[in-house]
Amino acid sequence: MSEHKTIDEIENEIVEEFSLFDNWDDRYEYIIDLGKKLPPIKEAYRRDENKVKGCQSSVWLVAHYNNGKIFYEADSDAVIVKGLISMLIRVLSGQNADDIVNAKLDFINKIGMMNHLAQTRSNGLLSMVKQMKNYALAYKLKNVV
Amino acid sequence: MIETIEIDKAFNVAAVRKHFPALQREVKGKPLVYFDNAATTQKPQAVIDALVNYYSHYNANIHRGIHTLAEEATAAFEATRDTVQQFINAASREQIIFTGGATEGINLVAQTWGRQNIKAGDEIIISSMEHHSNIVPWYMLAQEKGAVLKIIPINEDGELMMDEFHKLLSEKTKLVSIVHVSNVLGTINPVKNIIAGAHSVGAVTLVDGAQSTVHLDIDVQDLDCDFFVFSSHKIYGPTGVGVLYGKKELLESMPPYQGGGEMIKDVYFDAITYNDLPYKFEAGTPNIADTVALKAALDFTKWIGKQKIREHENELLCYATEQLMQIEGLKIIGNAKNKVSVISFVVEKVHPQDLGILLDNRGIAVRTGHHCAQPLMECYKIPGTARASFAMYNTKEEIDSLITGLQKVIKMLL
Repeated sequence: MSEHKTIDEIENEIVEEFSLFDNWDDRYEYIIDLGKKLPPIKEAYRRDENKVKGCQSSVWLVAHYNNGKIFYEADSDAVIVKGLISMLIRVLSGQNADDIVNAKLDFINKIGMMNHLAQTRSNGLLSMVKQMKNYALAYKLKNVV
Repeated sequence: MIETIEIDKAFNVAAVRKHFPALQREVKGKPLVYFDNAATTQKPQAVIDALVNYYSHYNANIHRGIHTLAEEATAAFEATRDTVQQFINAASREQIIFTGGATEGINLVAQTWGRQNIKAGDEIIISSMEHHSNIVPWYMLAQEKGAVLKIIPINEDGELMMDEFHKLLSEKTKLVSIVHVSNVLGTINPVKNIIAGAHSVGAVTLVDGAQSTVHLDIDVQDLDCDFFVFSSHKIYGPTGVGVLYGKKELLESMPPYQGGGEMIKDVYFDAITYNDLPYKFEAGTPNIADTVALKAALDFTKWIGKQKIREHENELLCYATEQLMQIEGLKIIGNAKNKVSVISFVVEKVHPQDLGILLDNRGIAVRTGHHCAQPLMECYKIPGTARASFAMYNTKEEIDSLITGLQKVIKMLL
């Protein structure tokens, strides 16, 4: 019971961390750092069927299911996107399918990323979110039936 | 007010910039450096005024009305046709067809001339450096007809291999459709030679002038091309309008593209006679306002002076090339001897998208990605490039900002 954090709790943590930065260079430095630290995906997953569509860079995303919870692994050839993925994984990986499907992910907006990045399809942030939710939805549907 | 700003003989870029309101803005708290001109150019006040003036004073549907507004709107719309005719030196105004853009022009030719003339086994020659808009329409046509696409390869520097082109030519060649200037490499292709080669085997030629019209003097009669297309928005004009030029006998022999009003003479349920050129290809109410404002863009370009613009852009190209080459790990993609002010580059171990995001954070707009030329990216075995493209209003100081910016963001990313 002890250390499981809800999606909301983790989102709040990220928002707080970002509130420490007063300029965008620092924010990007932080995201780049997250990207560099995200472990690369297993070579076997770097396949076209795991690619997220709508990204200018290549993004691979896979989901595993364990005990009603969903765990994500993802990678990209662009480091800022990788940093964004790292944040999404931190928030969503290990959560229940229901919670993932219903997650509002306000933190993207609150840390200013929506203004900075999410407006064009080329950066693929929204496509990644959608794909992560699709995995959760697919899991839900499979288990209802 | 703006008309009183004098452009002196030596080309005064500061004065030129004052004509472009968008250049005065800031992005992410920094002065905008706009280097995405190959995607679209900013608009001078004269073009914006022409749009506002049209909608404010003489908005009307054209060609049919007999009232004053319709007369004025028709006169302005047709005046653009005359201006375009002079701008590309077409023999007659009937050879200027207004389209939605260069892409629509190519599709029009593919769907009319192409469907009428291309048969199974015929060959269509394009090149490795084509924009998707000069690949997909021909691919679709080839699929439909059982025709074959032949591709002129390029060398390391991003120039067409002309020997290979000549080897591709045969009596099977029915069309050579070639980009005048590459949107990725900046290469100026020897289209006059290509056209002559194509004609020697009786093939028809189309030149995609989307990138060339803003940089080079265009003379369709001298080129002797059969078709030429360009887009208004890449030459300081509004989006949503473009031009298809064609040789008269070809345009006359082609069936109409879309059916509707304007393009007919008489309509009975059992017999329709089509209108004369150019109206045969302009079905429905055209994009009147943007077409009217295109004249302002071409007039503005002429008034500044195409030669002076070219010299200024060449200076920027040389300066930027020199400066970019100083950056460690940076490689310029496209080193043709004959180039316009478009520079694509990659940086070792850095994804172009990351460069684009971080440069934007410094107010610098470059384009990143495959630039709608995936086969070309395949040639170079790269996922994409970053591209800086310069227009009449760009400055050396802006290039300095790009260089400083690049040095900083590369450090952040490595």
